[in-house]
Amino acid sequence: MNTRRIEVPVLTRVEGEGALYARIEKKQVTDLRLRIFEPPRFFEKFLQGRSWKEVPDIVARICGICPVAYQMSATHAIENAFKATITPEIRALRRLYYCGEWMESHSLHIHLLAAPDFLGYPSAMAMAKDHPEVVKRGMHLQGLGNRILKIFGGRPVNPVGVRVGGFYRAPSRQEARELLELLQSALPSAEALVRWTANLKLPEVNRPAPFVSLRHPNEYPMNEGRLVSSQGLNIGAAEFEHHMIEYQVPHSTALHAHLQGQPYWVGPLARLNNNLDRLPPETATLLQETGISWPSTNPYHSIIARALEVHLALLEAVHLLKHYHRPRQAYVAIEPRAGIGMAATEAPRGTLWHRYELDAEGFVRQARIVPPTSQNQAQMEADMRASILESLDFDDEALRLRLESGIRNYDPCISCSTHFLRLEIERA
Amino acid sequence: MSKLRIAVHKFASCDGCQLQFLNLEQELLTLAERVDIAHFIEASSDLGEGPYDVSFVEGSVSTPEEIKRIRQIRQQSRQVIAIGACATGGGIQALRNWGQHEAFLKAVYASPEYIDSLEHSTPFSDHIRLDAELWGCPPDQGQLKRMLADLMAGVTPFVPGESVCLQCKRQGNVCVLVAKGEPCLGPVTRTGCGALCPYQERDCYGCFGPQAGGNTTALGRRFLGLGLSPEAIKHRYRFIYNWAPAFREASQEWESKDITYTPLPSKKEGEWS
Repeated sequence: MNTRRIEVPVLTRVEGEGALYARIEKKQVTDLRLRIFEPPRFFEKFLQGRSWKEVPDIVARICGICPVAYQMSATHAIENAFKATITPEIRALRRLYYCGEWMESHSLHIHLLAAPDFLGYPSAMAMAKDHPEVVKRGMHLQGLGNRILKIFGGRPVNPVGVRVGGFYRAPSRQEARELLELLQSALPSAEALVRWTANLKLPEVNRPAPFVSLRHPNEYPMNEGRLVSSQGLNIGAAEFEHHMIEYQVPHSTALHAHLQGQPYWVGPLARLNNNLDRLPPETATLLQETGISWPSTNPYHSIIARALEVHLALLEAVHLLKHYHRPRQAYVAIEPRAGIGMAATEAPRGTLWHRYELDAEGFVRQARIVPPTSQNQAQMEADMRASILESLDFDDEALRLRLESGIRNYDPCISCSTHFLRLEIERA
Repeated sequence: MSKLRIAVHKFASCDGCQLQFLNLEQELLTLAERVDIAHFIEASSDLGEGPYDVSFVEGSVSTPEEIKRIRQIRQQSRQVIAIGACATGGGIQALRNWGQHEAFLKAVYASPEYIDSLEHSTPFSDHIRLDAELWGCPPDQGQLKRMLADLMAGVTPFVPGESVCLQCKRQGNVCVLVAKGEPCLGPVTRTGCGALCPYQERDCYGCFGPQAGGNTTALGRRFLGLGLSPEAIKHRYRFIYNWAPAFREASQEWESKDITYTPLPSKKEGEWS
């Protein structure tokens, strides 16, 4: 048997619609395609002609699981275009808001999407029959993330509180106090979660590639920082387009991206690897306890990176709420002006870059959005090729499972990953 | 009585409506005990074939393949329930329907031939008979749980059609239209969200779609009185539910070149000098 075809006609437990196809001939991978068939939704085109005020509500709809990331990248980019400056209070509120999304998205991914692979279940609901306390703990942390989002925007999916310049309303003192109590009581759960992920039996693989993330002088990066790579890249958001080159491939509605002609990697593991020295001491202690030598090039460690970031986000949120004073107004006044603005923030899945061109009244003339999943696509395919070569003696079913769990490490958000750019296709 | 076999199917969407299930947190486990979640791609790799008692469908129909798929789901399901703005109104992506699909395709693709997409993004009701619709972007979890309870009890699901204002007043929010002069769509928008936007001290932007009997013309004239241009009023209606008939027609009305509406409240002699 010289030719094997491995097909995963529909990837389950990921966000959106995708499939994987591979052809193996004489121990070589002759074809491998991670297909994304999320129908195009043309968001970048809808934004044209809409007012700056509408943008946060539009872009939230790109992705149900990470609307905060879209709202944050968009508001920062538009503020850059308008040369608006926000206050330290608003900056802190935005960080708290982002903590909510990291907790919600990471907890959901760990328990509902990824962990069933490592414990041999089809779903979290099935896993809960044997491990009720683990699943309940995960859902509790997910719920706390949702609670943070609700006090800012009423609901975790498409929250309504964000505007360019800040928030429509600041949380009341009572809301903040109640939330603080809930979060503080969950710290032991977040610690236990990190230890639990570190004890999972994870495949040992090694996939060296440039890690790309934001980096900030003294914080673990969320809303601000320069774009860095583990191989020396250090640029501002405005230079992104000159370094990250996107191109269309025939088998996917999402574009692929390369850095210096090579696949690269964004997301929690890349972010953690680039920012080990920016962890709060309590999280750093947990990181030491894992017994893993960081920075790690094993994508399966992403689940541990997510758990560490849940812990970090919870600590940050507690810290921010302890020092919270309700501002008189949760936004700065905005004066539109013609210009171009760009910004990148750290979505749970990795760096999310936005660029807006606006006219003097603040209507969008052009928008460009590069989500983390598009950036990871080339790396995901490279990883899958390597996985196949390592696992040639697996039977088809085991190989399929290995590849699916390998893709889930990247937490691809396929709903987001559709975006377009007019480019000639590079042909080898 | 045996457990209901339930399926959740995704079409062109952001996944936010399915996420309303996954965001039930621990109640998801309760749900999984009370019904048989037979097919839910995002939640489980264990995919059960039809027939289903109830299929929840999210997203809009936007490719030829999706037309085939929704018809299949209809055949396999005793009840089909559309959830969310895309499923019930074509969604925000129905903004492509305003005569620009061809232009979008040409403008954005190096190779449009790789892409299969219909000119219009449409709600499921354009293609099949539905048993119920749950409106909202995303639908409210309370309404979703109520619907699940109705289904388990074997009664016809109840979805209210009144306006956001009624809920807003019951909650005791200050009216952002009257008190702050914000162009709030609450009077013409369907309830269900819990009047979230006025609570956050901002204007409703219509993400639950048109209520059963709103007067979009009068509200537009009120917006004129607040200083909005007809173009801005058109955009208010041409947003999340731009393809739902009531908002679609309202946006066309305010787009038309020969509107001669006067602002509300109309200016009386001696007033607002």
